[in-house]
Amino acid sequence: MKELRLMKGNEAIAEAAIRCGCDGYFGYPITPQSEILEHLMKEKPYENTGMVVLQAESEVASINMVYGGASVGKKVMTTSSSPGISLMQEGLSYISGAELPALVVNVVRGGPGLGTIQPSQADYFQTVKGGGHGDYRLITLAPASVQEMYDFVELGFDLAFKYRAPVMILTDGIIGQVMEKVVVDDYKPRWTEEYIAKTYPWAATGKTKLRERNIVTSLYLESARQEQLNKTLQAKYKVVEENEIRYETFQCEDAEYLLVAYGSSARICQKVLQLARAEGIKVGLIRPITLWPYPTKIIHEVGTKMKGILSVEMNAGQMIEDVKLAVECKVPVKHYGRFGGIVPTPSEILDALKTL
Amino acid sequence: MTEEIIIAGFGGQGVLSMGKILAYSGVMQNKEVSWMPSYGPEMRGGTSNVTVIISDERISSPCLNQFDTAIILNQQSMDKFEKSVKPGGLLIYDPNGITSHPTRKDINIYQVAGTDKASEIGISKLFNMIMLGGLLKLKPLVTEEFLKKGLEKSLPTRHHGLIPENIKAVEIGKQLLNPYHVL
Repeated sequence: MKELRLMKGNEAIAEAAIRCGCDGYFGYPITPQSEILEHLMKEKPYENTGMVVLQAESEVASINMVYGGASVGKKVMTTSSSPGISLMQEGLSYISGAELPALVVNVVRGGPGLGTIQPSQADYFQTVKGGGHGDYRLITLAPASVQEMYDFVELGFDLAFKYRAPVMILTDGIIGQVMEKVVVDDYKPRWTEEYIAKTYPWAATGKTKLRERNIVTSLYLESARQEQLNKTLQAKYKVVEENEIRYETFQCEDAEYLLVAYGSSARICQKVLQLARAEGIKVGLIRPITLWPYPTKIIHEVGTKMKGILSVEMNAGQMIEDVKLAVECKVPVKHYGRFGGIVPTPSEILDALKTL
Repeated sequence: MTEEIIIAGFGGQGVLSMGKILAYSGVMQNKEVSWMPSYGPEMRGGTSNVTVIISDERISSPCLNQFDTAIILNQQSMDKFEKSVKPGGLLIYDPNGITSHPTRKDINIYQVAGTDKASEIGISKLFNMIMLGGLLKLKPLVTEEFLKKGLEKSLPTRHHGLIPENIKAVEIGKQLLNPYHVL
């Protein structure tokens, strides 16, 4: 039975993992996402669903435990915040190269370096433009509410297994720490070994007489073979771009100006819409839900009709590059942001909007 | 109806739990709610604050810089948040330890001498509920029935025996409400 709860975003991630039949969580505590591991330890799913919850010795160990779990077709995940996610980049590249499904959550805090524990969106480039080495892409979901934190865990696993690729939930200290209403689902059973072996024939579930050994690797010393892997990846990414773009629009119909913002910034921008419209400024908002694949087409369609666009991010201007590409610089695009853990106020953003 | 509230004071005064009880009560009453705490180094000793929003509609930003209501429990928070109350809004504060009283003339200001009362009758742990009483007297955001349900949801079961005392503290707070500057 569905149930209404009041939860922190971080707790919603943990609860969703248990209820969607996750097989294993491997992580290392770091603010502002420690409630994920704390909630799992409190709920003790290992006593009920059999889900493994393990505090690893480091983030490097965590992501490699995920690599191992994913190799045998298990639903496995890790979570961290910015400095910890930096340590995981090698693992993400390997998991992408080995074409394995995995879920990674980054509850971003201010950087660079050890930075601050306050919210930030400064890991946009790291997430959607690379981070690790090689030509890979991370399917990236940007929740803007506690309900989406919950929903995107199962969605993330679905996409990860559909495309055999790691999926990132990119959020921040605001959505991680805020408590909101959330509707939680029934407990779904974990997959059986038989189901995994039948449904995911690539998984290293043990050689049978009917097939060759499954080998999980991202190492192909023969360049032709490595090029073939890259071609496979690129073909897959094209399918993702054609099918998985998600976004939300607010009051764009009569808008003369456009805000583009994701995650917590998009929530703050919804307040800006109220303030601006009360002053008679016709402004709309596009909220990319997937940051890769990016909702380029809708931003082009809506954005090119505008007098000006403001990209609002809690960083020095990262997503603005994708907004500019989307509108092919046909209209002026400006950036507004605060960084280092400072959250911009709705009034500040309204003032910036008025300079367009 | 949308009510945007900041509650601010020292860590240990029950700032976050007051907000949580209010938020849970709102959920029980079928409202949209948001509870956004300060989680920075200040919560490890020092000032603590929480933004609570209760609304009939989908809530926009959980982080705000202008509030309908501020509940202020120490001087640092007064310095920080007096200016953040919307014109015509409400400021409720405990005068205990306040050296510079609020000076705004465009908002309604009330005192609730919660610290003194709580120590006088020996219920210092229920200080935050006394302050909440002051708010609920002026703005009945949640009814007593749903406040009880909110307490049941937000308190661990072993503390459910204390719910009647919590409700009593709210009633005490309602009686302590003292106008300081009213429009």
